Amino acid sequence: MWDDGPSRSDIFTVSAITLEIKELLETQLPTVWVEGEISNFSRHSSGHLYFSLKDESAQLACVMWRMRAGALFFLPRDGLRVRALGSIRVYEKRGTYQLDIARLIPAGFGELQAAFEALKLKLKDEGLFDPLHKKPIPPFPERIGIITSPTGAALRDIQQILNRRMPFVQKILRPTLVQGESAVQDIVNAIEEMNEFGAVDVIILGRGGGTLEDLWAFNEEAVARAVYASRVPIISAVGHEIDFTICDLVADLRAPTPSAAAEIAVKNSVDVAQELNELILSCRRTIDSCLSNYRKTLRSMEQSYSFRRSADVVRQRQQRLDELSRAITSYCLHKFKFQNEKMIQLRKRFSSLHPQAVLERGFALVWHKRLSQFMKTTDDACVDDDLDIHLGKGSLAARITKIVKLDVKWRDAFDEPNH
Amino acid sequence: MNQTTNFEQAFARLEEIAAILEGGQASLDETMQYFEEANELFQFCAAKLNQAEEKLYVISKKQDAFQLEIEEKEQA
Repeated sequence: MWDDGPSRSDIFTVSAITLEIKELLETQLPTVWVEGEISNFSRHSSGHLYFSLKDESAQLACVMWRMRAGALFFLPRDGLRVRALGSIRVYEKRGTYQLDIARLIPAGFGELQAAFEALKLKLKDEGLFDPLHKKPIPPFPERIGIITSPTGAALRDIQQILNRRMPFVQKILRPTLVQGESAVQDIVNAIEEMNEFGAVDVIILGRGGGTLEDLWAFNEEAVARAVYASRVPIISAVGHEIDFTICDLVADLRAPTPSAAAEIAVKNSVDVAQELNELILSCRRTIDSCLSNYRKTLRSMEQSYSFRRSADVVRQRQQRLDELSRAITSYCLHKFKFQNEKMIQLRKRFSSLHPQAVLERGFALVWHKRLSQFMKTTDDACVDDDLDIHLGKGSLAARITKIVKLDVKWRDAFDEPNH
Repeated sequence: MNQTTNFEQAFARLEEIAAILEGGQASLDETMQYFEEANELFQFCAAKLNQAEEKLYVISKKQDAFQLEIEEKEQA
C-alpha cells in the first residue's frame, strides 16, 4: 500500500528548511569566541582567507573577509592556535555552515611567543643572525634610505636627527605600512626596491613603539629573509629599547629606537668638522716640523767644517783656474808670435826660390826651340839648333855653335871651387 | 681628486695622508704635494659639510622605473 505520508502543507522544500536552519542558527547563536588550531589555511586571490579551526574531535569551517583580514597583525598559518570572534553563517548553496570571523588573535601570548621562538631558532640555525654575515655600516653615507610609515613619529624623529647631525645627507623615503598583516609584503617589497634602486648607502628600517601586535610584522619570516638578502646594510629600529624583534636580530645593526638609528647612521657634522680640522692641523704641524728640520739641517751644514772646507776648496780651485787661464793665454801668445816669425822666414826662403829671383842673380834659362823644352843637359842638343836665352831682364835669341859634353856637374864645380 | 670622490673617500684619504706625513718617510717634494692634496680634500669635505639637503625624497616604483619626488618640508 502506498502511504501518502504527511499532508502537503507539512512538507519543507530544501530551500525552506535551509532557510529555517539559517534563521535558527544565526539568531540563536550570538557572536562567539572560538578557540582552535588552524588547518587547511588558504588565501584566495580575492584576499579572503579560508581555513578550518579544529580540535581533537571536531572541525569548523571559517572565513575571514579581505577587509577584516587586512587588520591582522600576524600571518595565520597551519598549526597556530588562535581565538576567533565571529558568528555562524549558513551558506545555503552548499548547505554548510561556517564561522564568519571578525577578529582573529593568537590563542595567547604564549602562542605568539612560541611562534616567535620557533622562528628565531629556525633562522638562527640557518645562519641568518650570523655576525659574519653582517655588513659594516658606512661611516659617511651620502644617501640614506628610510623604510617606515610616512605618517609615523619614527619618520619625523629620523628626519630631525639626520638634518641636525649631517644636513648634506640625502634622505629617500620608501613609505610602507608598518603594522597589520599587509605590512609584511609591503616591507619586503620596500627592501627589494631599495636594493634595486641601488643608490642608497644604508637603510633605516623601523617604526615607533607599540603593542606586541603592532610590531608583529617585524617578527615575520618574510621580512627577516628580505633583510638578510639585502645588499645594502640595514639598521633596524623597531619600537622601543625593550622591544626585540626578529628583524632586529637579522639586521646588520640594531638600534634601540628610530632616533638612535639616525644617530648611528650619521656622525655629527660638528664632530666631523672638528676631526677634519684636527687632521689638517696635524698635517700642517708635521710639515712645519719637517720644514724646520730641513732648515736646521741646512744651517748646521752651512756652519760645518766640511762645508767651510768645501767653500775653501772652491776658492782654491777658482784661483788655480785663474792661474791656468793666465798661463795658457801667455803660452798661446808666445806660440803665435814664434809661428809668425817662422812664417815670415819661410816666406823669405820661398821667395828666393822663385825662378825670376834666380835669374836676377845672374842665372839664365835656356829654351830649346826644336825640342820645346828648357835645357838641362846637352844630351839632345845639336849644332845649329835655335835657342832662346832668358835673363833677369830680357832675352836673347841664339844658335848652338859647339857642344861640350862635361861629366862634372856644374854645381860640383861651384861647391868645390878649389878642385 | 676626481669628480666622483665622495665624502667617505676624501676623509679616508685625509687620514691616510696625515699618517704618511707623520711617518716622516716622504721627501720634501712629496710632503708638499701631499699637503696640497690634503688641502684640496679638506676644502671639499668642509664644503660638503656646509651643504644642507634637508629635503625628504619619496621614492616610488612605476613601471620598472624609480621616481624621486621631493616631499614638501613640514615646518616642525
